[in-house]
Amino acid sequence: MPERRTILPLRTGLLFLAPAAVFIVAFIILPFFWVAVVSFTNRSLTGPGALHPHFIGLQNYARLFQPGTFLQPGQFGSSLLITGQFVLFSALIGQAVLGLFLAWFFYRREGWVKQTVQTLAIGAWIIPDVVVAFAWSAFLDYDRGTLNHILQAFHLGKVDWLLGVPLLSIILFNTWRGTAFSMLLFSSALGSIPPSHLETAEVNGANAWQKLKDIVLPLIRTHIVTDLILITLWTFNTFTPFLLTGGGPAFKTEVVSILTFRIAFKYFDFGSGSAIGMIMMLINLAFALVYLSLLRRQQGASR
Amino acid sequence: MFARPTRLLVALGALLVLAVPAFAQTTLTLTCRCVAGGVNDAEVQWIQKFVIPNFEQQMSTQGTPVKVTLNQFGGSDEALKQQYALDLSVHKGYDVMAFDGFWIPEFASGGLLKPLETVGGSAVTNWDGWSHISQGIQDIMSYDGNRYGIANGTDVRMIFYRKDIFQKAGIANADSWQPHSWQDIIDTAQKIKAAIPNSYPLQIDAGTNMGEATTLQGYYMLILGTGERPFMNGKWVVKSQGILDTLNFYKQIYNDYQLGDQRVQLVKDGRNQSFANFRDGITSMLVESDWFYRSVTKPGSEFAVANRDQVMGWAKMPAEKPGMGIRGQDFVTASGGTGWVLNPNTAHPQLAWDLLAFMNGKPARDAFETYQPTISARDDVPVPNNDFLTTTAKTLLPLTVSRPNNDNYAKVSEQIQRMTENVVSGQMTPQQAMDAYAAAVTQIVGAANTADLMTSSSN
Repeated sequence: MPERRTILPLRTGLLFLAPAAVFIVAFIILPFFWVAVVSFTNRSLTGPGALHPHFIGLQNYARLFQPGTFLQPGQFGSSLLITGQFVLFSALIGQAVLGLFLAWFFYRREGWVKQTVQTLAIGAWIIPDVVVAFAWSAFLDYDRGTLNHILQAFHLGKVDWLLGVPLLSIILFNTWRGTAFSMLLFSSALGSIPPSHLETAEVNGANAWQKLKDIVLPLIRTHIVTDLILITLWTFNTFTPFLLTGGGPAFKTEVVSILTFRIAFKYFDFGSGSAIGMIMMLINLAFALVYLSLLRRQQGASR
Repeated sequence: MFARPTRLLVALGALLVLAVPAFAQTTLTLTCRCVAGGVNDAEVQWIQKFVIPNFEQQMSTQGTPVKVTLNQFGGSDEALKQQYALDLSVHKGYDVMAFDGFWIPEFASGGLLKPLETVGGSAVTNWDGWSHISQGIQDIMSYDGNRYGIANGTDVRMIFYRKDIFQKAGIANADSWQPHSWQDIIDTAQKIKAAIPNSYPLQIDAGTNMGEATTLQGYYMLILGTGERPFMNGKWVVKSQGILDTLNFYKQIYNDYQLGDQRVQLVKDGRNQSFANFRDGITSMLVESDWFYRSVTKPGSEFAVANRDQVMGWAKMPAEKPGMGIRGQDFVTASGGTGWVLNPNTAHPQLAWDLLAFMNGKPARDAFETYQPTISARDDVPVPNNDFLTTTAKTLLPLTVSRPNNDNYAKVSEQIQRMTENVVSGQMTPQQAMDAYAAAVTQIVGAANTADLMTSSSN
């Protein structure tokens, strides 16, 4: 390994790091240990557990994984399954594929169509959650919603979006909401491909699919991995569907973040809520480790 | 260059000097789920037009001037409860808070509220108002032998129905309809459904989104009709024929015959939708508390029923079959109650108690009746000359049942809401939903505190 040359001496470097480190310790590391401790107690916000919380060992965890109830609606296992589907369809398939499609479709094109679509996509991404959720509630409403009015104008009948197909509704919502990020990331990745590669392929008679498969995808592989990991993490932790469905009906859209909220802040059961939080943190950690190791491997390969 | 900032400083200084006396005055804060022109509008009018001016006047004559401000909370009951729990847990919050009686056990056992005597001292013990409030009504805001607040009054529950729709559907005795069993209710609803196919004649609350309305207006009104309660002889009943019958009744209404609008029970804003449906005649039977009459359908409010006194009637909720209800009753009802509590973290405990005592004194309660007639907690404030309230109070109060004063109640109540949602949404059969309920409640209260009436009866 070559000798590292640093701009600052170690001590000065640490001094510069200190303010950030203080914040990270105060707001991330300490709360993490606090949550870890609480997850082994029966601590609650109201009732006897608020006044005299005590250690109950692994009971909170054991209850989450009880085989008899694990997969029942409103329980941890069922919530994990819902979250899995939500991440798979809205992030990995919805946002990433649609984002890649949009980026590729507008690659090396200019004009008002591109401007309009990109502006709309970015608009959907930057509007505050509550505003977006309100707009979508109006859009999806069964009796008075815009979407059902449009469907009826084409004699397609009404769909009970938020009650009949709630999971599909929040998947569509999240795809719409987050596609801009993947689109932007892939657009800039495509911009870094030397045009000569594609021009040469065109001269040799390659069609669009061949160009995408054999030239573009291999060249932007790093970006794809980055994108997939980031949107997986974000979607896994997102709380926004709550604003549309509240996790219902009958827990059909209760992703893990909403389950945690319900247990900890509606039922005031901090112990169980923290236990779910801990498991979520472990899952996030696993995602992050996979991400980092892939990134490292790629950096190694490109060196 | 220096002139301007200097002048600005002088001006600011002058402002501060002027402002200090205003800030020096003690401020007391009040909050309730009440919004001018919205939910519980009468409460706002009463506080702003009677309580605040008269209390401020009284205090300044006594030489201790105070300023009182009201914070209007427009969210749901559940959201308000959540706000209170979070505020109190960090020793903050409003000085005097509107409180639902059934929250008291949870908050008191969690140390978030303190007994009134602990906060307000001997002034509380010596308050002359206690002698005018019956023990039963004091108990609404008590836990473990201590008073935590003062109740305003109590309420009762019944079936509200639309005489005009009944007539249109050809129901006999539309003016004095009174079912005697659950089957009578179903029969009536089916006749209306047949006459007006796109209506949902019967709505009985269920599901988690309606919160405590599901438990008290819906589930309790049914389970009491089977002769059971959720908490009997010191144990939580987790499996019983009564629970199964109740869930089957829900299934008949929402799934088998589509007599009720299932969506209303499952969407986020369903309670208001149920009010709107009743107003519009889509729903012609709704089980609700007298608050629905006093406040929700009051002329001028959002859900006012046009021509109310002619078209809106009420009937007693029958037991499953005559004589099958709790204590062998033919008809059942359930009561709750609301009131006001003192924040134990208040900076001015004596003044806050003065305000609370003033709000529950005879003049203030008399004044409240002019904004909204209600079944008052004070025996020296007569039930006003209001046919509806006098009759319902006289008929239903002797039959009533209240919720257990137990610190696990709120958690069990949430499981009741889940159980009904599982059935109404069609996700589970009544048997499956009851099994899930049994498992969840056993986890909450411990197996030793549960009772399974199905096995004990077969033994």
